[in-house]
Amino acid sequence: MNLKLLFNTALLVSFTGQVFFAQNNNNEAVISGNFSSTVQYYNEDSLINAAEPDHKLGANSFANINFNKGNFSAGVRLESYLNPLEGYPIGFNGSGIGYRYANWNNDGLDVTVGNFYDQFGSGMILRIWESRQLGIDNAMDGLKVKYNPYKGVYLKGLIGKQRYRFDDGLKNGDGLVRGLDGEVNINELFDSLNNSKLKVTIGGSFVSKFNDDNNTADYIMPKNVGSYGGRIAMRYGKFRFFGEYIYKENDPYPDLVDPEFSYVYKNGEGLLLNLGYSQKGFSVDINAKHMDNMLWRSTNVTVQPTDLLIGYLPTLSTQHTYALAGTLYPYVPNPRGEIAFQTDILYKIPKKTKIGGKYGWDIGLNIATAYAPEREFLDPSTDTGRQVYSTQLFNLSDSMFFRDINISIGKKINKKLKLKLKYLNFVFDDRAILVAKNHELIYADIAIADFTWKISTHHSVRFEVQNMWTKQDQGNWGFGQIEYSYSPHWFVAILDQYNYGNPIETQQIHYLLGTAGYIKGPHRFTVAYGRQRAGVFCVGGVCRQVPASNGLTFSITSSF
Amino acid sequence: MKKIITLTLALFLVGATFGQLPSNVTIKDMDGNSIDISKLNNGGKPMIISFWATWCKPCKEELNAIAEEYDDWVDETGVKLVAVSIDDVRSTGRVEPYVNQQAWDYQVLLDPNGDLKRAMNVNNVPHTFLVDGSGKIVWDHNNYAAGDEKELHEELLKITK
Repeated sequence: MNLKLLFNTALLVSFTGQVFFAQNNNNEAVISGNFSSTVQYYNEDSLINAAEPDHKLGANSFANINFNKGNFSAGVRLESYLNPLEGYPIGFNGSGIGYRYANWNNDGLDVTVGNFYDQFGSGMILRIWESRQLGIDNAMDGLKVKYNPYKGVYLKGLIGKQRYRFDDGLKNGDGLVRGLDGEVNINELFDSLNNSKLKVTIGGSFVSKFNDDNNTADYIMPKNVGSYGGRIAMRYGKFRFFGEYIYKENDPYPDLVDPEFSYVYKNGEGLLLNLGYSQKGFSVDINAKHMDNMLWRSTNVTVQPTDLLIGYLPTLSTQHTYALAGTLYPYVPNPRGEIAFQTDILYKIPKKTKIGGKYGWDIGLNIATAYAPEREFLDPSTDTGRQVYSTQLFNLSDSMFFRDINISIGKKINKKLKLKLKYLNFVFDDRAILVAKNHELIYADIAIADFTWKISTHHSVRFEVQNMWTKQDQGNWGFGQIEYSYSPHWFVAILDQYNYGNPIETQQIHYLLGTAGYIKGPHRFTVAYGRQRAGVFCVGGVCRQVPASNGLTFSITSSF
Repeated sequence: MKKIITLTLALFLVGATFGQLPSNVTIKDMDGNSIDISKLNNGGKPMIISFWATWCKPCKEELNAIAEEYDDWVDETGVKLVAVSIDDVRSTGRVEPYVNQQAWDYQVLLDPNGDLKRAMNVNNVPHTFLVDGSGKIVWDHNNYAAGDEKELHEELLKITK
């Protein structure tokens, strides 16, 4: 109640702002906002298992309105799910305010009341964020204070509950989240190091949660769970290093998929390392991580995968945007634990050379792999604390979760033609994730060609062909797309995805989809009609399975 | 709640003007320096602020298309391009390698948790803003198709004449 009062007062202050912000009166008041809406009309299509819901129409809409004057800002987000789009996570219903905040900053102090987003370090210990596409929103509701007491020293503190549901308005979970984070930029702190070639930033975080309604018949849950760690970022010339280690105290969760890992009281740990070298035209980037038991939510009962997350499970693989590579067999970090590595190499064959030709070549190689850690399971009769197993840093087993090797080549052929080629090889553990669950490992190869032909200044055509070869799951897929754009306002596209290799002949289906769009400055309108394939959409260690659908989709985005 | 809506709507009547850079967002550049967005400027000359991500194909096409003409634009108008990457922790490590591979001469900022994206009401990327010498947003565009950079160039010439 107090917060609400404070918030209302803050808005009132802004309303009569001339008095309070007299010293800043050369700053004009600014109102800005954005709006987006997706409306989908469903057809029944038994062939692809697309249901026609009773309400026939789904519509998800959002509008943000922000006010800013001098050092003060406030805003609201109105949301509406009438009815929610098919495949959106449950828990989004009706219309109302899903987010509201007030913020002011002065002399290094920055205060936010109401809802806010934030991230500590890489986000393993705390990442409060939203992805409207995926239906993720774990916004905090409470108080956040940032303070910059001395040059190069940045402090943050926050406390609040997390967004859990939307039911004609924001519904928070019961758990409390409290966090502190400090960061020191050594080069800003000491004047003598301002121009040093070596740049160093160090940081540390502490986050704790409190929740007390989680006891089960068999287990007593800890009411308070703490998590802490540190990080360092360094760079020296063309080299760059980042490391973060997070430790999490006992924090047992139910595991519906694998009962062996249900209610594990073992402490969790996460280590993330990144080393990079980068110069004009060439770079290497190497990542490694060890994660064990790092699922981190503000509740210990069973919720949807996207609900009430405090921490973010870092994903060491490329987020592919080509359709067949992106959503059929995407990699999901295993919340129980995994050891993963990734290497990226980028090289540009210089332009105006014998091999490079007039425009040069862009070449990229990416290798990502993840394994289960080697676990030594404890004897249940003596394991009174339910520690269940032990692991060692970077000690991996031979059980592979995922591997992705991909190479891409980009070439501008002449002023009018651009070509991109990509080849990917996947190994995908089907048991660990949510796809078919019929195989142990799925092996897939994908080849992609993407041409852009710039006919004239305003007219261009893009062709995209893809093919996936696999003997498992649904077999081979083909993909083709033609897109014509008339810059800067119009585009039309037609695409077909064809599951020609499906072992079940009646499932060898074409997914044909037509799209058209009109863009004017910040306004964008698109309309699509046809079949959309089921897919798995993943961000930040959480994935959502979106069912196939057939129908008409209309969307608008706009900002002001 | 009703009160909040009423108040927010009432704010529209105060005679507010539109389109400035937000005053309360600080994000980092690739060297780890904190950059206060309200202090972002180009000495009275225009700026282009372009939101992009390493996983966004049209974004990269747009920035690469501009890169080919960037030197000419700078000579003509003194413009500075600020490329704001919204890559999150999964791909922030790819930003600098990509920028170097393409040899962009832009100022690159990192917005891994979407603070600036939210403050500037960006729905999706690419979204490109043109800011005039006094810090006012005069034009924006939420898409990229080959040739769109021509429109941006024309708008840029309009405000520097």
